[in-house]
Amino acid sequence: MSREEVFEKLNVIFRNNFDDDGITLCDVTSSEDIEDWDSLEQINLVVAIQDEFKVKFNIDEVNAMKNVGEMVDFILEKMGV
Amino acid sequence: MKELEYPFDASWILSNRRKIRRSLLAGNRNYIEKKVAVLGGSTTANIIQILDLFLMNQGIKATFYESEYGMYYEDAVFGNQELSAFHPDIIYIHTTNRNVPEVPAVSDSIETIDVLLESYMKRFRTIWEKLSENYACPIIQNNFEMPLFRLLGNRDAWDKHGTVNFLSRMNQQFYEYAEIHKDFFICDINYISADYGLKEWSDTFYWNMYKYALNVNAIPYLSFNIANIIKSIFGKNKKGLVLDLDNTLWGGVVGDDGVENIKIGPETPPGQVYLEFQEYVKQLKQIGVILNINSKNDSSNALAGLRHPNSALAPEDFIEIRANWESKDRNMYSIADAIHLLPESLVFVDDNPAERHIVREQIPNICAPEIGESHEYIQNIDRNGFFEVTYLSDDDLKRNEMYKENAERIKLLGSFSDYGEYLCSLNMRAIIKPFEPVYLARIAQLTNKSNQFNLTTKRYTQAEIEEVSNNVNFITLYGKLEDRFGDNGVVSVCIGRIDGDVCHMDLWLMSCRVLKRDMEYAMMDSLVSKCIVAGVVKIRGYYYPTSKNGMVKQFYETMGFSLVSESPEGTVWSFDIEKSYTKQNKYIQVEVEV
Repeated sequence: MSREEVFEKLNVIFRNNFDDDGITLCDVTSSEDIEDWDSLEQINLVVAIQDEFKVKFNIDEVNAMKNVGEMVDFILEKMGV
Repeated sequence: MKELEYPFDASWILSNRRKIRRSLLAGNRNYIEKKVAVLGGSTTANIIQILDLFLMNQGIKATFYESEYGMYYEDAVFGNQELSAFHPDIIYIHTTNRNVPEVPAVSDSIETIDVLLESYMKRFRTIWEKLSENYACPIIQNNFEMPLFRLLGNRDAWDKHGTVNFLSRMNQQFYEYAEIHKDFFICDINYISADYGLKEWSDTFYWNMYKYALNVNAIPYLSFNIANIIKSIFGKNKKGLVLDLDNTLWGGVVGDDGVENIKIGPETPPGQVYLEFQEYVKQLKQIGVILNINSKNDSSNALAGLRHPNSALAPEDFIEIRANWESKDRNMYSIADAIHLLPESLVFVDDNPAERHIVREQIPNICAPEIGESHEYIQNIDRNGFFEVTYLSDDDLKRNEMYKENAERIKLLGSFSDYGEYLCSLNMRAIIKPFEPVYLARIAQLTNKSNQFNLTTKRYTQAEIEEVSNNVNFITLYGKLEDRFGDNGVVSVCIGRIDGDVCHMDLWLMSCRVLKRDMEYAMMDSLVSKCIVAGVVKIRGYYYPTSKNGMVKQFYETMGFSLVSESPEGTVWSFDIEKSYTKQNKYIQVEVEV
């Protein structure tokens, strides 16, 4: 799976989760940019990502994800791409 | 919404919860509103969000109070202004084995362990007692799920030093409390965590990361379970099953294969599967679920199939049997009509997805569950919690009998040309008295279940019914009706609030199973005599229209009231009690309070 494909799927997850079709993610998108993205929403995103990409993160990894770009990197790494 | 019925896609629900909420709200349904307080021993945010969806799907629009993180004990015992102002209709206590931080050590004496257990129990009993004292509303309490590890291995189960043993003993004491407290209910997370898979359920990632005591992916199963308890308490259980026959109650098609060749009974594996399903359906009947048939078949073939010697069910187990070539949605309506129930209170069980589809399309809010393969029928119906038993009254246990008797009454009616003559022939006897403790459960249940013959549709919990019955400023009456075919049980309830010399009717309802029996006149007569004793000279009646109670729009007029005012909220009626009041009931022999 390419980086772009991961981005695309991630975009769908975010739009569903926040019920906002105006969301377009880029590498530096972070919780600062999306109003409802708080720690409680973080868990929903993590759960949806794990489900979509069939990966499982550990605590250190989740804590290290500071923006969407880093999320994508972790996903690709976990998928062994 | 089909997506919110079992078997559901939990991760889809989690990631689309906002969209689901939006589309439920767009449905423009009539909701009852309830205030739900959630007192958590761990994070509850997602549990509430998903619970909201499942409740809405059951016709309940909830507002929530959520305790601060882990403050379940403090909120319950020391009170909290916000919670008091919230006035909850129901309280859910979400505690788990994470809230039992201290467990027996192997070196502890048995006495030490017993003291520890008692200290936890005291803590919980204080919570429950304080809550019911302050809020007089139903309480739902989690039991404990089993621990993630067993220090003593299998010995953990029986040795009092084991955590498995300790939590099981706590659970047992919770159940003993539930047994003697009417408005106290267990949310059995011990069962649903096992059902989900304890290892997955207890995934510590979610605890360490966000202080969730369970896997977030399992939350829809928990919330679904809580929603089922709540909707049952507030009278939103389903009331009956409407079953297909071929490939639903037996294998094969009786019309084509012949009755001797249908698969039912212990001799063959498929026959065994259908037999077990029939036995399950028969057990549902025992808890008061009304059984009916809706099958595309010649009637004679259908009955022959049900009389198969291996069949667990017999034609007599069903109230209405529609074995014909009508479309199934029409049959659904005709069954609902015949037993005076709303179609949406029936569950349609059919192996054929096309039939389920047409029924779902044609009948709003009807449940036609995805029952899967024959060996999955039981679990898919059972896991849906359609008939979640919270209060179990004697009436529930006898319900099928009563409907059966009603069917016989209708047959008898056919032989009379004059309706009065028919009513006379029923030899009706009624008991009409102020509320009595033994009937409080049934009365509360009626206030929550009756929608059609219900003037104000005011809902009461059992605790509230008890309160009203002990208050001298209220006139309360229940009516119980018997006739030559059997006992209908408690079928009518009136609650009047006395203010000076006026009695305001807060509630007047009657079960539709006794429509057109003149029971309402007998209730009116008793109400008037109660009023006279209480020095009341005027009765005020209120009618608040809902989507379901159109049949009683002119009820007070029929009873001799005159219209006082009319507004969008409803109509107000007045009745002057005169000395010369003559009893209106002619056909029922009434036993009153001496």
